[in-house]
Amino acid sequence: MKRMLKFTGTCLLAMSLYACSSTPEPVEQPAPPPEPVLPQVEQPAELEPLIEPEPEGIYLANGDFSRGAVNDPDSPLAQKVIFFEFDSDRVRSEFIDVLNAHASYLATYGDVRVRLEGHTDERGSREYNIALGERRARSVENILLLAGVRAEQLSLVSYGEELPAALGHNEEAWTQNRRVELVYELQ
Amino acid sequence: MSAIAPKAPRIPWHGLRHRSKPHSTQPHSPLLRLLRPLLAVVLFAHAAAAQAILRIEITQGTEGATPIAVVPFGWEGGGAAPADLAQIIADDLARSGTFAPLARNDLVARPTSGAEVRYGNWKAAGVDNLVVGRLRAMGPDSYVAQFQLFDVFRQQQMVGYSFPVRGGQLRQLAHEMADIIYEKITGQRGAFNTHVAYISTQHDAANERLFVLEVSDADGHAPETVLTSKRPLMSPAWSPDAQRLAYVSFEDPSRSAIFVQDLRTGQRKKVSSVPGINGAPVFSPDGKRLALVLSHRGNPDIYVMDLASGDLTQLTNNRAIDTEPTWEPDGQRLLFTSDRSGSPQIYQISASGGRAERISFQGRYNASPAVSPDGRLVAMVQGERGRYRIAVLDRSNNTVRVLTDGKLDESPSFAPNGSMILYATEGSGRGVLGAVSVDGRMKQRFTLSEGDVREPVWSPFLN
Repeated sequence: MKRMLKFTGTCLLAMSLYACSSTPEPVEQPAPPPEPVLPQVEQPAELEPLIEPEPEGIYLANGDFSRGAVNDPDSPLAQKVIFFEFDSDRVRSEFIDVLNAHASYLATYGDVRVRLEGHTDERGSREYNIALGERRARSVENILLLAGVRAEQLSLVSYGEELPAALGHNEEAWTQNRRVELVYELQ
Repeated sequence: MSAIAPKAPRIPWHGLRHRSKPHSTQPHSPLLRLLRPLLAVVLFAHAAAAQAILRIEITQGTEGATPIAVVPFGWEGGGAAPADLAQIIADDLARSGTFAPLARNDLVARPTSGAEVRYGNWKAAGVDNLVVGRLRAMGPDSYVAQFQLFDVFRQQQMVGYSFPVRGGQLRQLAHEMADIIYEKITGQRGAFNTHVAYISTQHDAANERLFVLEVSDADGHAPETVLTSKRPLMSPAWSPDAQRLAYVSFEDPSRSAIFVQDLRTGQRKKVSSVPGINGAPVFSPDGKRLALVLSHRGNPDIYVMDLASGDLTQLTNNRAIDTEPTWEPDGQRLLFTSDRSGSPQIYQISASGGRAERISFQGRYNASPAVSPDGRLVAMVQGERGRYRIAVLDRSNNTVRVLTDGKLDESPSFAPNGSMILYATEGSGRGVLGAVSVDGRMKQRFTLSEGDVREPVWSPFLN
């Protein structure tokens, strides 16, 4: 049943992705430097029975996740930050795979909770940036929900420009700071 | 931290030769205020950082300012004088941009009372106004300070006072003297004896980032810590009686919260912590309500909370971002930032709700409105070609003027007399504060000795 949910989620995700990519790109800013290449998540073509017991802490290459995979540096789940373009809350296509992987994990382990922390760069007023950061967190939330994650597993908080990942007052720092962090909560 | 000081009476002081009628101008501060007894509530006691001090420099504009001489006060007591009252007064007057105090080297004489004043000397020196005074030791930690302001052209005393004062009150007394001088000459109430609240980020001994909510005198001196946290603090707002601060704290990492804290007792109350945003608190002019931003219904909207009952009224309701409410001085309407038109602009709405009306039209990015005490000017952050600066909209003729020239200027806040705007800016890669006169002529910079400082809010008048 869990696998079924995940598969359905992937289809919905594909649809939402298509819808997203038809919206025009913002033109104010030059494209940010390329993001690190992410491991690809192989989606199973057909449903397969789960193998029990699962090894702890290891990402299974067929797209299934052990419970500990969220802490595995080799897992696609190791990527827990989604970056955004200037003044945009649109999730860029290169991050869909990694969100898909997190959605699969969360759909499999329904007791796991994750906090989506929205952030902006320092430009513009602070409370407005709190609102922009929340919009980014909601964009990520929407994708995860479409992919089968239950709403109770997700919580949102926006820090606006208050907690920059990179200090500095230039585009290089700003690119790092426009982000949503997925923070897995301790159980 | 500091004890409550007894109220000190202010006694009119008239020069021996230039006795004048008791002045009719009623200064707005009939008594010395209680010393600000801020209690530090330190969330993480071990993490208290060394107090960093704001240093002010005037970066632009003394042209056209009125020359004034503030003569060093006479000192009658043992050892060195406990404070240089004349310097504090002269610095205040210079910061206003309205006055250009003479350098001490240029003073033609050093009278300390009216009897010693020779007007001809000062007229020749091109000085319109002259301030002289004395500080006298009366007992342990007990002084009497007197000052007189003279009109050099008319050769008469404009105002004079004598104050009994304790050592810890001397700076405050000097600010109050500057307020009296400013008001007597300009007709506008002085705002030197006021406070500024701001957020600073510093690092503790373990090099961990600390967020500190502080209150200092308007000249940056005497900072006192209101709250220290390892998690972000933001959006401080004064109550109209200057006794309480509202602010946003992320001390619970999963949820923001709005607190209202009493500055005398240090006691605080969490007034809002619903899921989503709890932000941008601002007291109504009567102090009974708090406008704030909540997003628990899906997107940020403006609400008004009755502070006594906690009852919420939702003012705006649409799918756009509505945030940064600020009250008009009469409490009948609020201004706020909304991106309902596609980019952030300033809107106004009745305090009882209804239709919002857009008031900013120049530029693609206008946010963070602040209204002048007379309601005529709206200061805001204006973004233009990647630069964010403080602009002022004059609602009497719908003109917009950009007052600052930084790249990341934000958080404008009016002085309670409307003469200046305090804001946050960037200097040498650090967060610093700037102040600009509403005519744009005078600019100052406040730099923290360490760390970054931002989100300044000028207090209301203290009485």
